[in-house]
Amino acid sequence: MFRLSNRMWKWAVGILAVLLLSVGAYAASSAADKASRTAKPEIVIDRSKSGDKCVEETTFMRKNHMKLLMHQRDDTMHKGIRTEKHSLQNCISCHASTKNNSVLGSNENFCQGCHTYAAVSLDCWECHASKPKQAQPGIAPAVAATVPAPAAKVGADTK
Amino acid sequence: MNDSQPSHNSANEVDEHRRNFIGASAALAGLTVAPGVVVYGLAHAKPDSEPVTDKVRWGMLVDATKCAEGCTDCVSACHTENAVQSGALETDPHWIRKVELKDMRTGRSQSLPVLCQHCEEPPCVDVCPTGASFKRVDGIVLVDRHICIGCRYCVMACPYKARSFIHETLTEQNPDVPRGKGCVESCTMCVHRVDRGQQPACVEACSKAGHNAIIFGDLNDPNSDIAKRVAGHPTSQLRADLALNPGVRYEGL
Repeated sequence: MFRLSNRMWKWAVGILAVLLLSVGAYAASSAADKASRTAKPEIVIDRSKSGDKCVEETTFMRKNHMKLLMHQRDDTMHKGIRTEKHSLQNCISCHASTKNNSVLGSNENFCQGCHTYAAVSLDCWECHASKPKQAQPGIAPAVAATVPAPAAKVGADTK
Repeated sequence: MNDSQPSHNSANEVDEHRRNFIGASAALAGLTVAPGVVVYGLAHAKPDSEPVTDKVRWGMLVDATKCAEGCTDCVSACHTENAVQSGALETDPHWIRKVELKDMRTGRSQSLPVLCQHCEEPPCVDVCPTGASFKRVDGIVLVDRHICIGCRYCVMACPYKARSFIHETLTEQNPDVPRGKGCVESCTMCVHRVDRGQQPACVEACSKAGHNAIIFGDLNDPNSDIAKRVAGHPTSQLRADLALNPGVRYEGL
């Protein structure tokens, strides 16, 4: 029959105690975290303008929007490629706040809110306009071309 | 020799095929060249997804005999289009300026706009330490503000005083024309409009004012207005001695 020696008993109890303690400490710290951490930004997007979808999956965009923007920036600057899908202007046209028509201004605004939360500096707006382009006659809104929005919302536009 | 003979023959056959193919594609190309001219003409912009090509060389021709003294429509149109606040301070940026010339002996005076000359051999690009100053393949000289460190070497190198530095924090930029403090800038030939198939703002304003002193177009396209004018009239380059081959040319100087 398998029997634990005295020494092994001591080890087992020791390990169990450490485990219990660490679980307890984690629970305590996460409760404290919820109280003291910066609240996640609450961002309101005007879905009537943007439709239900971003130009890529939301999870992909969260992680990779900067890569898309950087790629597009060089293409536009040096090669004159001005596709709307991944352009900064297209981001702004959907994500500008309904309150001040901008992606900046407060932590409720799309770009500023998240970047403040993540503590990542935003250099785009030193030069780029943070407000959408004024609608020009003859130029279709950027969203219609790239994002198939729900039929109920843009049915009249797309047909 | 014998061994090589058959392969030579088959090479001939292949050549024939190739010739036929090349002939056919040349005919096709011949068909598409005419619409191609239209594609890169002013009536239609290039597709957004396509890069600019070196088949085009954008240029301007300024007719100094038509440019009215005291008229600054091109300057104000440029500054409105590109949201440039200019004129309050000596250090304010300018993209285009009116220059009045007077011959002191004869008293003849002339007025003309001077802007970035979009040189084929731009000195600003030569001296730029970061590669921010560059020439697009279609001949438009630009500053990539993402890379510009604001050293202002290009300002010193430009013989036309076309470049300026932004000293102040800016707001209310045109979404198509990002500009900001700490970078050098100059006339972009309204590249955002040209890529859409429109004319630069100064050219449009000049013709709206009825002067038609500036024409814009593709210098490489023999059918374009500007190429015909340059071919048929005596025109000059500013500081032609520097051999920079500017894309902006002047008539009646």
